[in-house]
Amino acid sequence: MSAILNDETKKVLVEPLVSNNPITLQVLGICSALAVTSQMSTSLIMALALTLVTAFSSAAISAIRNHIPSSIRIIVQMTIIASLVIVVDQILKAFAYDVSKQLSVFVGLIITNCIVMGRAEGYAMKNPPLESFMDGIGNGLGYSLILVIVAFFRELFGSGKLLGNEIFQLTKDGGWYDPNGLMLLPPSAFFIIGLIIWSVRQWKPEQAEKVEFKIMAIAHGEGGHH
Amino acid sequence: MLNKETLCQYYGKFTVYRDKVLALGNDSLEKTIAIALSLCLVCAVFVAFAAVALKPLQVNNKELDMKKNILDVAGLLEQGSNIDAAFAEKIEAKVVDLESGEYVDSVNAADYDQRKAAKDPAQNVAIPKEKDIAHIRIKAKYAKVFLVKEKGAIKSIILPINGYGLWSTLYGFLSLDPDGQTVQSINFYDQAETPGLGGEVVNPNWRALWKGKKVYAETDQPSLEKGLITEADVGEPALTLIKGVVDNSKPGSQYQVDGLAGATLTSTGVSNLIRYWMSKEGFAPYLSKVRTVKRGVS
Repeated sequence: MSAILNDETKKVLVEPLVSNNPITLQVLGICSALAVTSQMSTSLIMALALTLVTAFSSAAISAIRNHIPSSIRIIVQMTIIASLVIVVDQILKAFAYDVSKQLSVFVGLIITNCIVMGRAEGYAMKNPPLESFMDGIGNGLGYSLILVIVAFFRELFGSGKLLGNEIFQLTKDGGWYDPNGLMLLPPSAFFIIGLIIWSVRQWKPEQAEKVEFKIMAIAHGEGGHH
Repeated sequence: MLNKETLCQYYGKFTVYRDKVLALGNDSLEKTIAIALSLCLVCAVFVAFAAVALKPLQVNNKELDMKKNILDVAGLLEQGSNIDAAFAEKIEAKVVDLESGEYVDSVNAADYDQRKAAKDPAQNVAIPKEKDIAHIRIKAKYAKVFLVKEKGAIKSIILPINGYGLWSTLYGFLSLDPDGQTVQSINFYDQAETPGLGGEVVNPNWRALWKGKKVYAETDQPSLEKGLITEADVGEPALTLIKGVVDNSKPGSQYQVDGLAGATLTSTGVSNLIRYWMSKEGFAPYLSKVRTVKRGVS
């Protein structure tokens, strides 16, 4: 194992989980994190799909990185990513029909997910295939982690369920829990992701960005006249 | 003819050219074009292979899902049973001309796809704007309905319905008693409304509220003596979703279903699509012909 998992692979596999998480640190891939996280099952499938696409596209791009003409490199990356996403979509439609019905367009939108492109451009273009593959897996898992945490809270408080199993009995079925409708709408994912980012940066203060500018205090009496 | 020898020759030429191109500078025009073309070729083959290889499974999934929904709306869905067998045994598909309400025998009902037909200019009709309350713009001339029969007599009439909600077009089935008036069940098999709000159209508890509701306004109390319901007896579709909870003791509550909490636009969409498909534009002509049950007896 140690021969395969050298320091570099370990680094690219573990770092994106917390210390270099694509969502909380790089703030990439937010759009799909809002869209698919109202249920755990859809989030898990989405996370798996994105992880596989990132890993395989990174490996493929890395394998041909020395021959990609720089003038068309983004298009080459997009072509590879798009092909993989279409294949994933087809596989879901064939083997997980119900989930693919729920995910609808969001699987196709993996093509435009910044994480996949970001890893291709930022890592796979400069590193060998195996490391790039691992980097894709690592970043995919980092994305998955946040997705699952967000989905956990949204499904639990939005519909009283986890993976479709009832946890809190709802008032409409004669129970005690009145579901929070906001949790089912995309903005709630913003709040949860915001809270996650805040807690991670409390825990690891080095992640907080430096203040780019300071709001100047206006002396009393100035600027009050219109 | 391509024999082994000429193939080897071509391959030899290809390897020579490949090595030449790969040795070129990355930004040369020739290499850029060669890389772009070969990448497209590889990706196209890859995608096409996946699409073609998985097509039979996907078509099967879609059909199975449709059959499951039809069995479900007919109340015949049993957990763990074979859906294909149950469908073949219990459900009869028929193609109906929406305008005349007559069955169309020239079209094979098993192969007819109403959703596909609605998109085919040869088989669809545009809906005039003032009549398009369900916001679907076009519909197929022929509809595919499903009948559940018992000893030759119709037990349920299952009608395909669709209309626009908040985000998406909802596709579903409405199942009626043989009087073409009393609702047995409703379900939507394809929709993308907000999960938990408008998406609750698939909630079994909400769907159960539809049972026994009446579609058309009855001008007077149904009576045994009146005999068969004729078209003239049937008023306008009256079934609608209301805000809040229906008070079942009030007159007119048989035409009302609880609206979905927090999903006013989806509820309005469902009301509209019911009104549209039950009107003369939709299935009213067909229902007037297929009704077999005396009024008041069910």
